[in-house]
Amino acid sequence: MDSVEFSRYLTMLTLSVHVIFATLGVGVPIMITIAHWLGLKRNDEHYILLAKRWTRGYVITVAVGVVTGTAIALQLALLWPRFMEFAGQLVALPLFMETFAFFFEAIFLGIYLYTWDRFKNPWRHFYLLIPVVLGSGMSAFFITTVNAFMNTPQGFTLVDGVLTNIQPLVAMFNPATPTKVAHVLTSAYMTTAFVLASIAAYHLLKGNRHEYHRKALALTMKVALIFSIATALVGDLSGKFLAEYQPEKLAAAEWHFETEGEAPLVLYGVLTETNEVKYAIRIPYALSILVHSNPFGEVTGLNDIPEEYHPPLVIHYFFDIMVTIGIWLTVFSLFYWIALWRGWSVIKTKLFRILLVASGPLAMIAIEAGWWFTEVGRQPWIMRGFMSTAEGATDSPYVWAMFIAFAFLYMILLIGTVVVLTRMFKRNPVEKELEKLSDEQRSVAK
Amino acid sequence: MSIEVLGISVLWLFLFGYVIVASIDFGAGFFNASTIITKKHHIVNTVIQRYLSPVWEITNVFLVFFFVGMIGFFPQTAYYFGTVLLIPISISIILLVLRGSYYAFSTYGTKGHFGYTLMYGVTGVLIPASLSTALIVSQGGFIVETASGRIDLDYMALLTSPFAWSIVALSLVSVLFISASFLAYYSSVAEDWDALKLFKKYTWIWSFPTMFTALGIIIEMKWHNPAHFEGLLALWWLFALSFACFVVSLWLLKTKRYGWSFIFVVLQFAIAFYAYGVSRYPYLLYPYLTIYDSFTNQTMAYALIIVFVLGLMLLIPSLYLVFKLFIMNKPYIKKGK
Ligand code: HDD
Ligand code: HEM
Ligand code: HEM
Repeated sequence: MDSVEFSRYLTMLTLSVHVIFATLGVGVPIMITIAHWLGLKRNDEHYILLAKRWTRGYVITVAVGVVTGTAIALQLALLWPRFMEFAGQLVALPLFMETFAFFFEAIFLGIYLYTWDRFKNPWRHFYLLIPVVLGSGMSAFFITTVNAFMNTPQGFTLVDGVLTNIQPLVAMFNPATPTKVAHVLTSAYMTTAFVLASIAAYHLLKGNRHEYHRKALALTMKVALIFSIATALVGDLSGKFLAEYQPEKLAAAEWHFETEGEAPLVLYGVLTETNEVKYAIRIPYALSILVHSNPFGEVTGLNDIPEEYHPPLVIHYFFDIMVTIGIWLTVFSLFYWIALWRGWSVIKTKLFRILLVASGPLAMIAIEAGWWFTEVGRQPWIMRGFMSTAEGATDSPYVWAMFIAFAFLYMILLIGTVVVLTRMFKRNPVEKELEKLSDEQRSVAK
Repeated sequence: MSIEVLGISVLWLFLFGYVIVASIDFGAGFFNASTIITKKHHIVNTVIQRYLSPVWEITNVFLVFFFVGMIGFFPQTAYYFGTVLLIPISISIILLVLRGSYYAFSTYGTKGHFGYTLMYGVTGVLIPASLSTALIVSQGGFIVETASGRIDLDYMALLTSPFAWSIVALSLVSVLFISASFLAYYSSVAEDWDALKLFKKYTWIWSFPTMFTALGIIIEMKWHNPAHFEGLLALWWLFALSFACFVVSLWLLKTKRYGWSFIFVVLQFAIAFYAYGVSRYPYLLYPYLTIYDSFTNQTMAYALIIVFVLGLMLLIPSLYLVFKLFIMNKPYIKKGK
């Protein structure tokens, strides 16, 4: 194996770790805001405590997000020096703005964290969350435009290897930007809601009957349902985007070889040596509908695309995993809501609670699968149509050693995060904190 | 001023900002760990914790600003530095990751594990050392071209170079000096007299080594890169001014004006830092890259500068708020409230 391979694996490794924390980083502020708002509005200390406890956990995940983000930002230059040299002239603007957005978020998060009882008017303290939500959302927006640019580069003219007529804003707002940004944001909100729901469900599963956990579960599942539907809708638009601008990615994901109308959607299955699809579930017309909203619409197949530009065909499985989880979680959260509303007792069974606990990890798997799908599906390009991955990579012979070092580092980091978070909340159970809270209020009243 | 010079001045400012805030942070970690061994930990602990908690992420952002801006204004540096510095910068990243995450773990999560404190102290010394390789390499003389036309770092030359080691030494002692000076001031605001006494002592201890190593580097530059040495000599008056600030800061320390003393320490470093920066003009990486031939296109440069100004308009008020709420807030510093 050469340095190109290892650079890809190391990038994949760092980003796969970063995206866990980035997703939570984008999603948790919204959830804190909702809980804090409900708490103030209804004067319910359960929601206030929810906001407090989420914030405390959030600080840890932000810290890990910051360090892994710093790692990936430096690694982009270390592993892809040719690419950064070239793309730096075109997308430095959003990269620079991301840093500002993040800085803005971090400052206000710090203030929010340390000023719970510094303001006479509690709403003032609540308003500090607005810049946190905006900052994290803008961060995700800016960085995603960079990734969108790698898929559909524009905003410059290349004449004999020299870049001219550079328009940074056109590069930022490229055709991939709208669907990508929307899908990244909705899926982050959705995933965070499910992760927090998992935690609440876990306490209920362990036999804790406290109101607090029930409220937390009901709230997070409501948010989860809304954003699941939004994610699926935007996912559909993303498919339409691919059909128009990156047909090879969609065709590879669908193992769609012949250009034809009435195209079926292929789920699961295996591929034989001769590229025959076996054991797959075929939903007739569904691919044509996904792409054109019309069962007879023609969908480009891989056979019409030069062989050297075919993305790896494994992305089919990544796509399947993402879509399956997406549909499952939408149906599941919808069912939960109907059951809660009609008072069905099945949602109190052990099995159902186990399913609830599983929903957070599943959503996170969908995020990873989605990224692997888009990133691997862009191969062999690092900047589609302009620079191949091999051209962009470093030629340093030591990348393998760095890969091993970082793999080890992330292992420590992930284990540390889990240990610290569990210990933090185990030592400070909800009941104890609620008691302390009401004690304090009593002493104030006196 | 040409736009290239404007660009590099802005970046140099970020780098300087990072050097100061990171030094305080790294040094605080070092004192926090070393006083455990010298059994004086109880004296410094509260002051250090209270300062560090709200600001550590801000420190990191300065670094990110610097290199994101570097790639933005001078994209070619991505190729040269990215290729040669794979190992040294990867080591820095690993240390930064360990430091940042375990700091957060121990502060917000589980309290008071000796291992955390130790790691925090050790990384505080190693990070400046590994980051300063970027500066050393940029001086030229450590990059070789292999037969296949690849560029690579000459590790042997780097590890055996007295010049390289004296820059590492300077980075270490200045970290301790800057940090001690700031923490002396911070303890005086907190009215924590024991801590003040100790940090005052540390400031004295690390002050003269800073001067000696700095002087040593200037002398070694004569052999390492004579052209640059001439450049440094031409700016002798700036270095003299920097030295004057050093003397004034010590006098202020002696006369118990700790805030002013720290300001003069910062001035001392600022003048030397800029003088050094001017003396290497126009090279970013000697002799491969100058700020002119590696500069980005004009459109991007103006876009970055506009964003920079707008961003500052957003950040300065927010930073002022942090400053008022935590760093310069007497009730907070004293009681942690
Ligand atoms: C909770 C996570 C999650 C869920 C449930 C889904 N997605 Fe997704 N998907 C992502 C998380 C994600 C992502 C991680 O956010 C990606 C990776 C890159 C991107 O832009 O978004 C993505 C990419 C992505 C792309 C590629 C876009 C591109 O390359 O430009 C398509 C076509 C879809 N998704 C379609 C869907 C459909 C039809 C879903 C049906 C339910 C779906 N996704 C559910
Ligand atoms: C703005 C955002 C992003 C940028 C600039 C970026 C950049 C890159 C680069 C330069 C590569 C190497 C070339 C390649 O193999 O395709 C890469 C690969 C990869 N990235 Fe991204 N990436 C971004 C977002 C993400 C995110 C958030 C993830 C989530 C985990 C991700 C996952 C991957 C994976 C899995 C690969 C390896 C692909 C392979 O094995 O072929 N990327 N990315
Ligand atoms: C599209 C996928 C990504 C999203 C949604 C995302 C989002 C975030 C968020 C929300 C944070 C703040 C930490 C937190 O709140 O947990 C963060 C940190 C960071 N991210 Fe990412 N990120 C993504 C990919 C990348 C990539 C590809 C890079 C490299 C260019 C990157 C660079 C950084 C840096 C440098 C930080 C630390 C911030 C600082 O110290 O200034 N991110 N990211």
